[in-house]
Amino acid sequence: MKTKFFIIRLLFFLFLTACSTAEPASTNTAVGPLTLTVMVHDSFAVSDDVIAAFEQANNVKVQFLASGDAGSAVNKAALSKEAPLADVFYGVDNTFLSRALDEGIFEPYNSPLLEKIPAQFKLDPLNQALPVDFGDVCLNYDVSYFSEKNLTPPANLEDLLKPAYRGLLVVENPATSSPGLAFLFATIGHFGEAGYLDFWQGLVDQNVKVVNDWETAYYTDFSRWGGQYPLVVSYGSSPPFEMIFAEEPLEAPPTAAITTDGSCFRQIEFVGILKGTQNHDLAEKFVDFMLSPTFQEDIPLQMYVFPVNPDAQLDATFVQYLSLPENPIVLDPAEIAKHREDWIQAWTDLVLR
Amino acid sequence: MKFVKPLLLWLAPLTFLAVFYFYPLANILSLSLERAEGGALVTFGEALKSAAVQHVLWFTIWQAALSMLLTLLVGLPGAYLLARYQFRGKSLLRALTGVAFVMPTLVVAAGFNALLGPKGWVNLGLMSLFHLEQAPIAFINTLGAILVAHIFYNVSIVLRLVGDFWARLDPRLEQAARSLGANRWQTFRQVTLPLLAPAILAAALLIFIFDFTSFGVVLVLGGPRYATLEVEIYYQTISLFNLPLAAVLSLVQLACTLALTLTYSRLAARLSHPLRQKSQAATQKRLTTWRTRLFAGLMIGFLLILTTAPLLALAARSVTSPSAERTRAGLLVPGFTLGFYRALTLNEQQSLFYAPPSTAVAISLGYADVTVVLALLIGLPAAWALSHHQKSKINQALDPILMLPLGTSAVTLGLGFIITLDAPPLDLRASPWLVPLAHTLVAFPFVVRSLTPALRSIQPRLRQAAAVLGASPGQVLRAIDLPLVGRALLVAATFAFTISIGEFGATALVARPEYPTIPMVIYRYLSRPGGLNYGQAMALSTILMLTTLVGMLAIERLRVGDGHEF
Repeated sequence: MKTKFFIIRLLFFLFLTACSTAEPASTNTAVGPLTLTVMVHDSFAVSDDVIAAFEQANNVKVQFLASGDAGSAVNKAALSKEAPLADVFYGVDNTFLSRALDEGIFEPYNSPLLEKIPAQFKLDPLNQALPVDFGDVCLNYDVSYFSEKNLTPPANLEDLLKPAYRGLLVVENPATSSPGLAFLFATIGHFGEAGYLDFWQGLVDQNVKVVNDWETAYYTDFSRWGGQYPLVVSYGSSPPFEMIFAEEPLEAPPTAAITTDGSCFRQIEFVGILKGTQNHDLAEKFVDFMLSPTFQEDIPLQMYVFPVNPDAQLDATFVQYLSLPENPIVLDPAEIAKHREDWIQAWTDLVLR
Repeated sequence: MKFVKPLLLWLAPLTFLAVFYFYPLANILSLSLERAEGGALVTFGEALKSAAVQHVLWFTIWQAALSMLLTLLVGLPGAYLLARYQFRGKSLLRALTGVAFVMPTLVVAAGFNALLGPKGWVNLGLMSLFHLEQAPIAFINTLGAILVAHIFYNVSIVLRLVGDFWARLDPRLEQAARSLGANRWQTFRQVTLPLLAPAILAAALLIFIFDFTSFGVVLVLGGPRYATLEVEIYYQTISLFNLPLAAVLSLVQLACTLALTLTYSRLAARLSHPLRQKSQAATQKRLTTWRTRLFAGLMIGFLLILTTAPLLALAARSVTSPSAERTRAGLLVPGFTLGFYRALTLNEQQSLFYAPPSTAVAISLGYADVTVVLALLIGLPAAWALSHHQKSKINQALDPILMLPLGTSAVTLGLGFIITLDAPPLDLRASPWLVPLAHTLVAFPFVVRSLTPALRSIQPRLRQAAAVLGASPGQVLRAIDLPLVGRALLVAATFAFTISIGEFGATALVARPEYPTIPMVIYRYLSRPGGLNYGQAMALSTILMLTTLVGMLAIERLRVGDGHEF
């Protein structure tokens, strides 16, 4: 055991040394498989056999480059566009899409698989950014809290202003948290620019609790875990994951998502080929691969989001416990880019001051 | 000759800083300011006039000052205890208090949540004891949480930097003062404190800068009502992509750091005296009277509670499964389980980036090893130059800039790396070397600050005497300097090692997902819903704590070995 441990440590040392002399990924001319570099955010994950299948079929080595959270990754890609870090970039979502498109980091690619994908996901008409997966930011509630108190859970955003739900909701700060920002967008989409601040004033009067990050909201303040608030802003997919990743097997999901019309915000994540890639053909193949059922079916259990390709089959647990909103809020990425700062500032002035 | 020698010593550290710090930083700042509409100066003017920026700056300064003072207040009696008394379990105490320093903020936040959160052990205990409906203690997202977390993190800096220096002060100086009629307080104020001043000052500077640039603690434990400059820079860069404003804020932060270190250098030069150092054995007493025993007992208990209670609460959480049903039913003692540890070793999802705990530990240690070597290689010559050529103009000019990496926003520097290190032979953007290089930048100021006071306090006469007796410069180094600084070297290496093991912010920006460090894997579990994920994050955090503790204890053993002191 001890020796094995030291061998790993030694190998790692050698590996570091080897890497310092290795050639950069995109300029490989030597024999052997080519390397395709894919830049991803830190929530990216994939099954090893799925990637191995792609590598084998195309005689290529896929190297992933994590780049922090989604916002950091987009910034990195934007600032390095003169000398791109990678061939493919995955993980820009609709809240950051305009930044990526305005900076011109992608080249267009009309993948043949795009025709399978429903129009609601295709937010970039030039196909520089191609949709891969989506997830919804929705209110979650603690099922047993409401059943014990004989209280009907709120059905929509308006219900949150009823006296019965006073002091029950914890949300994330849109300035620091991606689900927090998505929930702010949901209220803007639902109540309009003229009405969303009134709604938030109502939430403030209802003693809404604000924290900076999803981890604190979910694991410190949500009553299912560490706290005393039975309503939390999380994802539409959180309830089935509470089932799949339960400590002990559960009979029914302990939480549920409120997915009525206009109460969730849909986040869509995109992939694109970075301008200046030397591996154009391979990059196209990889994008096709990401949109194909093999990769798409792997998405939910690895990344906790859902495939955009309707051909992909979902795991039985999801079919049983997932409630997907039929009419989530979607905002135009250009509008988001234009107003993001003002919206957040107005929210901050109202809610935190 | 007087000029050339320090210059030679500076060669390695300066080259390193130039390539991996100043160049990337200058690059990203100028690129950001170029994007300013109406020019950089306008952005500057607007930012400095803005009430919001002033508010953030003021909060950043006063919370850092308050945190630093409180940390010194808590740490100095502890440093005294460790310096002047011999007792059983001292190495363990030193190691235990050091673990806190290493923990990534997310882990510490989870620890404080397990201890003092709404359903933490303390609140649960009070609720069941007094039959309360609501948690009586609200700790998370208060100013108190920020201050306590800062003390929790930094008290070991005082214990180490000041404690080690204090241990080698000749107690006869104090004894002389006492026999001349000074009381305890007078002796402390007029003899001990002035002698200790350089070490206290160095610790205070490091702590202040750490708290001044605090990010995770303020963000997660402080909550949305508090923001430091570092938090604001993150928001402007990531959320708004307002690079010009982010650059201005980064420059303000750097200017503050520089002003602080300039003040420090002035004071430090005035305060340091060459001292005759004593070996620990000669300076330390046993705990014989009931008074000293009481003091030691209280102090040890206090230090242990402060630095280990949140971590123990987290470790307890990693072996229990307090499901909502049980806690609601008022069952304080939840079921014991090793399930989370078992789950860690299974790659249930067949994920490409899965790393079993042993691999993550090995990768973290590998990065830490490289960081120690790099940080000592460039830190030692710099500290040497600073301490041996104090009057040199170069030193006086260079000294303050050594601290700058600590005062630099990680987000800004990370982007600087990306746009700068992009051409061979330094296309390091995808290289695993970026991780130890980034860690070295953070560790470097610590290495220099912990080595310099020790090197300065070597009496030149010892060296001169050796030289007169015919020792070559190499022999002087081996026979005089190395034994004297051996302990300081060890402290410096510990800092570098631990900083690397626990670093998360910069690592997340530059690391490769196939080679995750322990904090990266913890974060992966922590950012997902489901009790099993959370439990695994707690289990791996516990493994990180144990790894660190073992490392610290190993270093404590080496410490006992350096017996041939003067």
